[in-house]
Amino acid sequence: MARSTPEIPNASMADIAFLLLTFFLVTTTINNDKGLSIGLPPPPDPNKNEEVKMQEKNIFKIQVNSSDALLVEGEPMEDVSGLKDMIIAFVKNKGVDPASSESPEKAIVSFKTDRGTSHKRFVEILDIIQGAYYDIYAEQAGVTNKEFREAASQLADAEKKAIYERGKKDYPMNISIAEPTKVGN
Amino acid sequence: MSKFKKKAEVKQEIPTSSMPDVVFMLLFFFMVTTEMRKSSIKVKQQIPKAAQLRKLERKTLVANLYIGQPTEAKFGTEEKIQANDAFINTDDIIRWVNEEKSKLAEAEREQLTIAIKGDKDAKRGIIADVETELRKGNARKVLYTAADNAAAKKN
Repeated sequence: MARSTPEIPNASMADIAFLLLTFFLVTTTINNDKGLSIGLPPPPDPNKNEEVKMQEKNIFKIQVNSSDALLVEGEPMEDVSGLKDMIIAFVKNKGVDPASSESPEKAIVSFKTDRGTSHKRFVEILDIIQGAYYDIYAEQAGVTNKEFREAASQLADAEKKAIYERGKKDYPMNISIAEPTKVGN
Repeated sequence: MSKFKKKAEVKQEIPTSSMPDVVFMLLFFFMVTTEMRKSSIKVKQQIPKAAQLRKLERKTLVANLYIGQPTEAKFGTEEKIQANDAFINTDDIIRWVNEEKSKLAEAEREQLTIAIKGDKDAKRGIIADVETELRKGNARKVLYTAADNAAAKKN
């Protein structure tokens, strides 16, 4: 004799799941914890008024005005696609071109904005500058740019740290973000 | 005139027996990725795009600052800084940094990273003011939050 097995009705299961799903869909915010990471310089010491003299040729000047127009080494620039290669060439010059940087240690990329510059433009240019450095690092470490950046976020891992250190060797990321000028606000 | 062929009477039904499974899978995905937002953001947040992104090592060591125009008209159109749940002035940032630091363990305080979530139309001026205060408050690790730029993926 066949015994009737007790069963939980599961016709409404899909509905319940949908309800929960909608709830989580609405409340969810996928957290974005990615971005451009920089280290700020220590606060200026009022007791020490040291004026650091830098040689003009060791500085790669990038300026952005309040209407987001770009000035690279004193020349206006419309298309930013070539900027990255210019920075790479500047940093890796090592005294070959007497008008460019002497060594990667001395090379400084100076990035000056205006108070009216938009954050979007600022991030765009900073992205290019950092991209130039990451390209150099990645090449030195023998990995791709993306792999290098991933390694840089996982320094607890010894293998990743080795990649990171191999890449950064001899090329400090000298990005100077100057106090903005006060034209637009 | 030829007649139209009579449609074949085959039942065309999508099998639905696996639907609950599919839905549950989606549900679990959202349950795992979800994070309840502690504070509602009261400033505009259209994050700029960039390619050279770095992931944060540890989420617990991050404090967020939201900068942009207020979304509600009653707060005016001037860009504001939001920390946790309230607007703060640039003068309050040092105090806020110290509060955030006190939430962390002694050894980790120096590793506090400030994620500046600036709206893409926010002006550089206010963000530079924030940076100056952060330098004074000795919270010098900064992350400009940015979205992944799909166009530059080839890097």
